[in-house]
Amino acid sequence: MNLYVLLKMVPDTVEELNVSADGQSLDSEFLRFKLSEPDDHALEQALLLKEKHGGTVTVVALDAPEVDDVLFTALAKGGDRAVKIPIAQAGLGTAASAGVLAAFFAAPGAITPDTLLLPGSQAIDDLEGELAPLLAAALNLPYVGVVCGVQAADGKATILKEFAGGLRAEFEVALPAVLGIQSAEKPPRYVPVAKVRAAMKSATIDTAELAPPDRPVQLDIARLYKPEAAGRAEMVEGAPADVADKLVDVLAKHSVV
Amino acid sequence: MANPILVLAEQVRGELADITFEMLGAGRALAIASGAPLYAALLGSEAAPLAAKLGAADKVFTVEHPHLDLAPAGTVAAALKGLVDHTQAGLVLLGCTNVSLGIGSMLAAHSGLPLVNFCRAITFQAGTLTCTSQLFGGKILSDVKLADGRGIVSVYPGAFPVDAGKHDGTPPVEKVDLAVEAPKAVFKRYVEPETGDVDITKQDVLVGVGRGIQTQDNVQLAEDLAQILGGAVCASRPVIDQGWLPLSRQVGKSGMTVKPRVYLALGISGAPEHWEGMQNAQCIIAVNTDPKAPIFDGAHYGVVGDVLELLPVLTEKIKARKAT
Ligand SMILES: Cc1cc2nc3c(=O)[nH]c(=O)nc-3n(C[C@H](O)[C@H](O)[C@H](O)COP(=O)(O)OP(=O)(O)OC[C@H]3O[C@@H](n4cnc5c(N)ncnc54)[C@H](O)[C@@H]3O)c2cc1C
Ligand SMILES: Nc1ncnc2c1ncn2[C@@H]1O[C@H](COP(=O)(O)O)[C@@H](O)[C@H]1O
Repeated sequence: MNLYVLLKMVPDTVEELNVSADGQSLDSEFLRFKLSEPDDHALEQALLLKEKHGGTVTVVALDAPEVDDVLFTALAKGGDRAVKIPIAQAGLGTAASAGVLAAFFAAPGAITPDTLLLPGSQAIDDLEGELAPLLAAALNLPYVGVVCGVQAADGKATILKEFAGGLRAEFEVALPAVLGIQSAEKPPRYVPVAKVRAAMKSATIDTAELAPPDRPVQLDIARLYKPEAAGRAEMVEGAPADVADKLVDVLAKHSVV
Repeated sequence: MANPILVLAEQVRGELADITFEMLGAGRALAIASGAPLYAALLGSEAAPLAAKLGAADKVFTVEHPHLDLAPAGTVAAALKGLVDHTQAGLVLLGCTNVSLGIGSMLAAHSGLPLVNFCRAITFQAGTLTCTSQLFGGKILSDVKLADGRGIVSVYPGAFPVDAGKHDGTPPVEKVDLAVEAPKAVFKRYVEPETGDVDITKQDVLVGVGRGIQTQDNVQLAEDLAQILGGAVCASRPVIDQGWLPLSRQVGKSGMTVKPRVYLALGISGAPEHWEGMQNAQCIIAVNTDPKAPIFDGAHYGVVGDVLELLPVLTEKIKARKAT
């Protein structure tokens, strides 16, 4: 199979996020980036499919801080080829990013009859919508999102899509197709740092030159801001033993102790 | 903003989902403020009996076609585009749910209307429509202005009250004939939720663990607490995705909706997709090392601290209290 995984870097929300002075973007000074979580699952799903059916896994990303590490990590895990598009991801809305990636996949030979494009289902910052359906629309390919399992056979994929309340459903699509991956069938594999270092020494990252989008953001963003600390929670303070005592009182008040 | 507002009714297994009424309520407020009519779009072969329940809309437009039953986003978006053209709608509301995910983006691609995702509030003031969205797992808000009130807005479940969108009256219904292409992704079968060893929707006390629990072994600390409280352990998505607990224990958008008397959120940041599933707990107690974690904005009691440190102490204290 010809498997593509699209990798996007997002700010790590464990760090404090601040809005820059223009009120339009995040203050980049203290931002730490990490791979968008569903993309890690998309990579795992691609590697599982390759192990079963053979083929190649190509990871594709726009330029972003720390993206090289992420691309080498993908190669160390079993990816075959890494492509970086030297257009900065920062400041691009989903529509513009989708336009760039659609141009990449429109190149002759990129999409073969046994191709699956595996973006993550959704990222935490996609104010303009998700890339996977936009890409599918641009390439006129079938799309299913919130996918949590993929089986392939005879030019078709049988996929599991999540609904709510633990309910899931099976769909069948003919390849080539775009699947927004929410989670892989198995937890993403771990790769030792030594293997990543080895990949950094032996492997290369290809680049694909493409025209930058002429309209980076589609929406008229008036401002970004932090939510007012509504402060509805009554904060319980003190050493762990004191906190525990007070929580036991709360539990007793709700008649569960 | 004179063009109509169109709400895409969402259905799961022949029933209208709550988000439909939440959007109709929000749409009604906008309709009153702007003078635009409020319409509902209902797609699928079973549209007729459901249309009668959409009395909050001024009119319901149906497209009845079996291809639209459990159809993929592309097929739904194409039909919805047909209804947008037919009704001249300027503003389209749809659910920010697993069911509707992708439809808005596809509709944006085909209609040229801009899409605003993750929306929690919509206002129409002095001729300007402003949507407030929750980004970065709830840590940042954004205000987006939609010129002439035109656009597609994806609305978070739980952002607007359900009751405001329920109305006894029977709405006028117009059946619209549209050509519907065969879907490119074909529904095969439902895979029913795993019935786990415990049903977390029936528990009085839930001990919820998130990524902050850090390892599979540490989950035992939460099990100990749940046991002494006569409750059960449940979890956020990353914990389930790691395989530390079965899928039947997941709370949130893709998982279960729970309403226990007490919900302990331990090392859970409070992302909207988790909040959606536990917001109606009678008492929410959150423990998190990050004083800025969004969970504290909605919890009733909060502790800034390390769950691994607090859990054993809390379990012992409860044991002691029970012994007295
Ligand atoms: C389509 C879709 C569906 C989704 N469905 C669901 C769903 O059903 N359920 C769900 O939960 N999520 C769902 N998500 C994911 C959701 O967006 C969040 O990523 C997820 O809820 C985050 O889980 P978390 O709070 O455990 O992890 P994080 O957001 O990483 O938070 C971990 C928290 O632990 C704290 N912490 C770390 N160490 C400690 C410590 N020692 N003591 C105390 N606190 C500590 C940190 O400060 C942080 O706040 C879905 C996402 C998408 C896109
Ligand atoms: N700039 C980008 N570079 C590579 N992949 C991207 C980019 N933006 C989005 N994607 C892919 O599209 C998925 C959905 O992202 P989003 O559209 O932001 O919800 C991500 O998980 C990635 O797989």
